[in-house]
Amino acid sequence: MTQKTPLYGLHQLLGAKLIDFSGYLMPLHYGSQLDEHHRVRTRVGVFDVSHMGIVDIEGPDAGDFLRRLLANDVARLKNPGRALYSCLLNPAGGVLDDLIVYSRAPGRYRLVLNASRKDLDTGWMRSEIRALRVTLEPRPDLGLLALQGPGAQAALEMVFSTDFASRLGALKPFAFLEGEEGFVARTGYTGEDGFEIALPEDRLVEAFSTWVDGGVAPIGLGARDTLRLEAGLNLYGQDMDETTSPLESNLAWTVCWDPVDRNFIGRGALEQQRREGLSRCLTGVILSGPGVLRSHQELRDGERSIGMITSGTFAPTLGTAIGLARVVAPRPMEAQVVIRDRPHPVRWQTPPFVKRGQVLVPRTA
Amino acid sequence: MNKLSKDLRYTASHEWVRRDSEHEITIGITEHAQEALGDLVYAEIYPVGKRLEAGDVCAVVESVKAASDVYAPVAGTIAAGNPALAQSPEIINRDPYGEGWLLKVKTAHPVDLTDLLDAAGYERVLAEAH
Repeated sequence: MTQKTPLYGLHQLLGAKLIDFSGYLMPLHYGSQLDEHHRVRTRVGVFDVSHMGIVDIEGPDAGDFLRRLLANDVARLKNPGRALYSCLLNPAGGVLDDLIVYSRAPGRYRLVLNASRKDLDTGWMRSEIRALRVTLEPRPDLGLLALQGPGAQAALEMVFSTDFASRLGALKPFAFLEGEEGFVARTGYTGEDGFEIALPEDRLVEAFSTWVDGGVAPIGLGARDTLRLEAGLNLYGQDMDETTSPLESNLAWTVCWDPVDRNFIGRGALEQQRREGLSRCLTGVILSGPGVLRSHQELRDGERSIGMITSGTFAPTLGTAIGLARVVAPRPMEAQVVIRDRPHPVRWQTPPFVKRGQVLVPRTA
Repeated sequence: MNKLSKDLRYTASHEWVRRDSEHEITIGITEHAQEALGDLVYAEIYPVGKRLEAGDVCAVVESVKAASDVYAPVAGTIAAGNPALAQSPEIINRDPYGEGWLLKVKTAHPVDLTDLLDAAGYERVLAEAH
């Protein structure tokens, strides 16, 4: 049964092309995916991401529970009002999901999970509670918006009071505020400045329509994908899954090794990988000539198969095709991608490709 | 939305065909095809001189989200690709039946498009797909 977010009716009114994404009818675009991409890079856009899963984890042992469950360490969140990005691992070190965890108060955390994984994650986490004093409550009553782009901060006042908007404007990346007006974090999935906002259904609809009426472009999942790929951000299920570790997914920076006695699930497997050295890695690629990179295209070094594209697209900001690829480590100097049975040279690029509107790809002839 | 020209013939795989002369046709993709693909970012026309049987792939058009093969509706030889597409593939979105044409094919036999769909027939194909 395909589900709808509270904004479904508005998407229809705005002329969205709707697609089934992880069991939700979501906007792919509202006319032009390319225009929407450029709007976010140069101005501001608003996304409906209410398909994602919000889960509150609370109780006297909630901190200890998450320190065992997550590869990143919530103890780094010294003060409430801060968030961090982490992988949720299985005992083999494979990625069950990637998520953001928000520290709201001592013993009170909130997770935001991928739509495609939220049910599995919730079941997995429940089974790991055991004797701990922890409650786990999914929040389907809350929807989620992402306001993204260099104009995001200026657009806050269309929806929030002057006071709340100015306090939001002072937030550092990965900090958040919550109050009567909503739960708002300075996070996003585009490589631009922006905010993610959790609201109950009626306020969600009101906020989205206020922004759109005020000239903030509605943005579909199509542009969300090209924006996140330019920003070098992984997509669960494509760039990593249960068979790949964070170390093999360009996410070593999200694994918190200290203190050494924090025995998080998957730690043993990751330590073994680290000891023995990685046989494969996730890296960025740029297609040197015309064409488009797509997931599952093969990469070769001459006759030798060295891996495949995990995410590929035409990058609107660059005007060329880019991708993420899982390849043998160490990666060879040169590589070609096979498109329709023909090899085409690619260049390596350590992600990101674009950050805060700036192209980070070196210019070549 | 009805932009189907009575002067063109169509295929169930969403190409349009125009007879230019006794031995030459122009091929493009339909309004429906460009709309379904979304913003086009790349078009690869197979090389001039390539021989085609009816049903062979003669071009690939790619949007941000997908690649789609374009099939030759009749046998012949590729005579020209649209030179404007290399710089501006988006003209296929803007004007699929005009400036956004894909290629010209010199046909093996005098042009006979009677086996292809007329506008009414193609409209029925679209209606059945919905």
